[in-house]
Amino acid sequence: MAAPFDEPGRPEEGMSAETRRQRAYRAAASVVDPEIPAVTIEDLGILRSVEMEGDTAIARVTPTYTGCPAVLAIELAVEAALREAGFEARVERVISPAWTTDWITAEGREKLRAYGIAPPAKASNSIRALFGETDVACPRCGSRQTARISEFGSTACKALYRCAACHEPFDYFKCI
Amino acid sequence: MADRATVSREALTAFLLRLADDHLVLGHRLSEWCGYAPMLEEDLAMPNMALDLIGQARALYQYAGEVEGKGRDEDQLAYLRRERDYVNCLMAERANGDFAHTMLRQLYFAAFMEPMWRGMRSSSDAQLAGIAAKAEKEVAYHIRHAGEWVVRLGDGTEESARRMVAAVEALAPHVDELFESDAVTTAVAQAGIAPDPATLRAAFDAVVGPVFAEAGLQWVETPFGRTGGRQGRHSEAMGYLLAELQYMQRTYPGMTW
Repeated sequence: MAAPFDEPGRPEEGMSAETRRQRAYRAAASVVDPEIPAVTIEDLGILRSVEMEGDTAIARVTPTYTGCPAVLAIELAVEAALREAGFEARVERVISPAWTTDWITAEGREKLRAYGIAPPAKASNSIRALFGETDVACPRCGSRQTARISEFGSTACKALYRCAACHEPFDYFKCI
Repeated sequence: MADRATVSREALTAFLLRLADDHLVLGHRLSEWCGYAPMLEEDLAMPNMALDLIGQARALYQYAGEVEGKGRDEDQLAYLRRERDYVNCLMAERANGDFAHTMLRQLYFAAFMEPMWRGMRSSSDAQLAGIAAKAEKEVAYHIRHAGEWVVRLGDGTEESARRMVAAVEALAPHVDELFESDAVTTAVAQAGIAPDPATLRAAFDAVVGPVFAEAGLQWVETPFGRTGGRQGRHSEAMGYLLAELQYMQRTYPGMTW
């Protein structure tokens, strides 16, 4: 009989519950954001947990914005990834506590920057943090001489900025 | 929580439908700007905010359907009720008018909802508290966006100022309806589920007042307030709105994507 990890597609009988859970977690965590494929849902902090209930892996995900059209796509992708990894799967949507951009990991922030999206300002929990938010560094040249073109950008989570130093427009991931 | 009044299923459902209908109808109106906004950035902004509102409406309809317990889902509540069953405020259903009208309405509604969501964050109802925690952050962007436009137009050219003043006059009769109290809002407030709208006026004024001052606009008092939306009595505009909103579900009942 093959060792548990030789066949990546199926959870083996002999695997411990915790190993199986971790395996399910890795499968769910590898799902990328359909609108920003440079980052995974783990990077974004959207994947809250994966628990096992018998043979069923239950993944809990949280939406970034209430009306984000990517939510459904992400839920379907997580379910598909778990089934692909050989689990029965269920995806639950949790809305509390509310997602905040502070949950984006350090790695996720760096991936966003490398992708050309300025990562959100930190410490977003206060509603007042939304105001006067002008200190955004250009993801291409690093200059802080940037100006907001539009509060609302290509998706609900992004605003449109322009860099005065390199003259490139860029997306800014709004802090929320 | 033992000392708290409990709320009837009917009252909570009625309250949720009011909020949900406000968001659906206003979201629908905003979406009508898609492709027509005065500049590309606003053409992105309008559907973005419509998406926020319709997303919030969905969350509220789903929950309303659960609380009601009659097996109606979000689609049935959003698309398959009759005009008199919708209980949105009349301000939301008004035709968009020009950009000044649209932006002033956005400011009013967001300035009303911000303290409402903030109050509901500590709701005795965990589901609503979760929806509110998210929506409160989203509505802050709406206030800033609409506030900037009201200032820009009110303190802009002669024509933009004239249009902004006209918007203030046209919307004045619709403001008081937002803050109406009745048996439903009282029951919900006593159960610690949501603030009574009547208590939100000061917070509304604290947002709108400074914007008006900066825009050089005068508040208009009107003795002729319009009301009736919460009882399902709508303006003529509502029928046309619903005809478009419900078209697909009425033509192909039960259709899904």
